[in-house]
Amino acid sequence: MSEAVPLLSLAGVSVRYGTLAALTGVDVQIGRGEFVALVGSNGAGKTTLLHALHGGLVPHSGTRRVGAGAGGVRQAMVFQRPFMLRLSVLNNLRIALWLAGVPRAERAARAHEALQRAALADRAERPARTLSGGQQQRLALARAWAIRPDVLFLDEPTSNLDPAAKKEIEAMLAAFAADGMTLVMSTHNLGQAKRLATRVIHLDGGTIRADLPSERFFAEHADLPLRRLGGAILPPDELA
Amino acid sequence: MSAFAESLSTAVALVRDADPQLTRIVLLSLSVSGAACLIGAVFGLAGGAWLAVTRIPGRRVLVAALNTLLGLPSVVVGLVVYLLLSRSGPLGSWGILFTPQAMVIAQSILVLPVIAALTRQLVADSLREGGDQLGSMGAGPLTRALLMLVHERWSVVTVLLTAFGRAVSEVGAVMIVGGNIDGVTRVITTAIALETSKGDLPLALALGLILLVVVGIVNAAVALSPGAKRQTSSAAR
Repeated sequence: MSEAVPLLSLAGVSVRYGTLAALTGVDVQIGRGEFVALVGSNGAGKTTLLHALHGGLVPHSGTRRVGAGAGGVRQAMVFQRPFMLRLSVLNNLRIALWLAGVPRAERAARAHEALQRAALADRAERPARTLSGGQQQRLALARAWAIRPDVLFLDEPTSNLDPAAKKEIEAMLAAFAADGMTLVMSTHNLGQAKRLATRVIHLDGGTIRADLPSERFFAEHADLPLRRLGGAILPPDELA
Repeated sequence: MSAFAESLSTAVALVRDADPQLTRIVLLSLSVSGAACLIGAVFGLAGGAWLAVTRIPGRRVLVAALNTLLGLPSVVVGLVVYLLLSRSGPLGSWGILFTPQAMVIAQSILVLPVIAALTRQLVADSLREGGDQLGSMGAGPLTRALLMLVHERWSVVTVLLTAFGRAVSEVGAVMIVGGNIDGVTRVITTAIALETSKGDLPLALALGLILLVVVGIVNAAVALSPGAKRQTSSAAR
């Protein structure tokens, strides 16, 4: 866990969906520059925790604090299935920049920079929905990156992609992390968590079972692929 | 010759000869229904989008009421507008009863629930798919709804075409508030009603065929526009 002033923190957060407790008394602090992977089986509470950290979900109890700083913390979220408006690739970026309050004069340059970053510059005028799944997810990442977020939340960003597209997304995420962006990602893929994250939070039944630096987490859970993690059997190749 | 064959040949003759009376009737029909749809679109699109995202108490009642108004009989609309615009009515001072303006008002009221109800459903369905994403990008509820109108713009065109079809084919409201005055407020549907009452069934049917062709041309023009073609090809991928 980061010892510096946290960028975001949750204290005693519980979330219920009707009678189902999705999160129970969760305490988490996210430090600047961390790459946090939230792992666990289906229904463990990964996505709920992600949304609670993002602030898009009001907890049943507990508090969410956003780190102090001028202008607050700028956040972006990338979903499992990216939603693109029926507009061109470039216009999807422009709208994201407009919504983020980026001045009009800066939008074009930022959009083109983001397209370069996602290797989509040659597809700027194409309808965004005609891109492949991997390209759309790259565009979603570019759209998030373009607003220069302090923290980027990712909800299983590669779960619907083929291996090649998955690799491209991971390369983009690694580059974002290298630039100092804070990332919080839910994933089923332990290999991905091992490759990318600096810290792993393991959830089970809505509570945190482990919250450790990535190296230590995987050292202490070396037999992970051979046993059940929160009810999910993890294939050995996931750690490759 | 059967009534249908006679109607068809009458319709062809009317169009071929560019009958001035027919031309005037068709143009008035198009302009009255077009203006009504434009007014209905301004309020219906905004209202439908708002209703899709608002969380005010009684929203469900409002939605139910709006859906009920889809079945609003055109004669009832005509009657209400007639009472409002008649000399003794609250808007009698406007002096527009039995004018095309009165017909536009009546048809606007008729198409407003159609546009608002279909827009509300369209926006609500789209928000289920992408509302969270737009919200995470900083879009407030109304901004999300308006962006979804852009996102679904070709479906919105279909909604407007549906409303236009409802307006241009109704007879009750325009008959009551327009009065079917020759050269002033006579539109295709009131002309059909008049010819039917006079017993000139082939001419009435011919006018009906012309109405169908006019609506067909409007639909085809929209379907063949570059944006619509792009949308169709992108959806097929």
